[in-house]
Amino acid sequence: MDITFEQVDYTYQANSPFEHKALNNLSFHLPGGSFTAIVGHTGSGKSTLLQHLNGLVRPTSGSVHIGEHTLEPKKKPKQAKELRKQVGIVFQYPEHQLFEETVEKDIAFGPRNFGVAENEIAKRVKESAEAVGLDLSLLSRSPFELSGGQMRRVAIAGVLAVQPRVLVLDEPTAGLDPRGQREIMDMFYRLHKEQQLTTILVTHSMEDALTYADHMLVLDKGEKYMEGPPVEVFQKRQALQQVQLDVPEIFQFLQKTSERFGKPVVFEGENVDRLAEQLAGLAGGNK
Amino acid sequence: MNNLLIVGQYVPTNSIVHRMDPRIKMLIIFFYVIFIFFANNIVSYALFTVFAVGGTLLTKVPWRFIAKGLTPVWFLIVFTFILHLFVTKEGTVLVNVFGLPIYSGALEQGAVISLRFFLLILLTSLLTLTTTPIEITDGVEALLGPLRRFKFPVHELALMMSISLRFIPTLLQETEKISNAQASRGVDFRTGPFRERVRAVIPLLVPLFVSAFKRAEELAMAMEARGYRGGEGRTKLRELQVMKRDVAALVIFIIVVAAALITRDYS
Repeated sequence: MDITFEQVDYTYQANSPFEHKALNNLSFHLPGGSFTAIVGHTGSGKSTLLQHLNGLVRPTSGSVHIGEHTLEPKKKPKQAKELRKQVGIVFQYPEHQLFEETVEKDIAFGPRNFGVAENEIAKRVKESAEAVGLDLSLLSRSPFELSGGQMRRVAIAGVLAVQPRVLVLDEPTAGLDPRGQREIMDMFYRLHKEQQLTTILVTHSMEDALTYADHMLVLDKGEKYMEGPPVEVFQKRQALQQVQLDVPEIFQFLQKTSERFGKPVVFEGENVDRLAEQLAGLAGGNK
Repeated sequence: MNNLLIVGQYVPTNSIVHRMDPRIKMLIIFFYVIFIFFANNIVSYALFTVFAVGGTLLTKVPWRFIAKGLTPVWFLIVFTFILHLFVTKEGTVLVNVFGLPIYSGALEQGAVISLRFFLLILLTSLLTLTTTPIEITDGVEALLGPLRRFKFPVHELALMMSISLRFIPTLLQETEKISNAQASRGVDFRTGPFRERVRAVIPLLVPLFVSAFKRAEELAMAMEARGYRGGEGRTKLRELQVMKRDVAALVIFIIVVAAALITRDYS
């Protein structure tokens, strides 16, 4: 599903001393099936942006289009539930939303709310538990007995079981150990590819943005600061540092190398072999 | 969701009222609430009105914000007025509305009760508008100090109060987060039959309680780790001090009350 923002403003507590403009004239377009990373310093409006994606909030002005759904100010979306069925959001620390007596019931909660048939639910619970790497023997346990990492997987499975077309991930790996982080991100990437999901990842990890995303959106103070493929965005290290963001280690390494050898090293992401040649050339020339 | 009611909201404008000693503020409000019931003529009501409105002006909090914050209370005030209009049967009949006679006494009575109600709400809301929760707690602890003689756990009470106040915004935030997450999983909090909506609260309450207990446990541990042993021998970072402005406020208030009592119609 295509996602389009058109000059979206969002203001918290308008007309009070606490008025705060979270989004300011934000416009962008994400084609269906794309993997977009949204990065930005704390308070740049990322969370507010996410809440627009399934109609939890409506823009103060401007409009948001998600597939055939439209969000406009002062007009209640007619099919909010349908929209939420299509757009699954994995919030930050999603394990805080667990509440059922068993893991199985908790994963089934979403599909049941959206009116999925009972025999289909059982199938989906099993599938999504497997997708996130949960042992099926855990299904009858209470979610509160599990470890933090397992709880996270249960919560993610609960979102996947709804089978959304758009998957929104708000720092899904925060607080996990490095191995768990990679497993979860690889799992999302696999799902993204297999089911042609439109995926939106909010992250602080520039490495993740580079590895998984094909498109990148940099926010600053509720405005669009930069947009483009990650390899292009990361070329502009200084501009990123202006908004307290860094570039992945590989770009830092290349920049240092270019400076050290006084020769530019060009990296466009797609050709690692050429990069290796260039580096070899540099090393050779310095012998 | 929480921008309708201003009760409990602190607005930092650093006015003279903000800098007043919380003990004095609380004392004034306490006695204001008592003495406004002694007012029974135009002079005393005028004095109390000037005091409350003047105090509000001094806080430098925008009027519009206060008026908006009092929205839920406006309804009660207007309702009280209308109720009095039709129920009280004193004085002479002024007009007939839909066959119901309106008495002059009713008009007076309704206006007076509504005014009193409005002033009470206005002045008491000034306390939280201009005083941080920490100051309020310090003030309460100081004012309840004498009860210590009767083995009343004043410090513990104040601590409990400040912890609860401290966690109100946190819990509100958490509630919003969890309700967003559950709404995304298809829970409908706003429409549908009553019974459905009550059931929709369970996925909200369970995670909220779980996290509240977790927080309580963590806080208790953090306090232990920093050697908290109760109030004994504990000193304060900010000692409360009565300044000239506090004395001035108190004197003005006493004059208002005295004048109201003197002009009061005792017949």
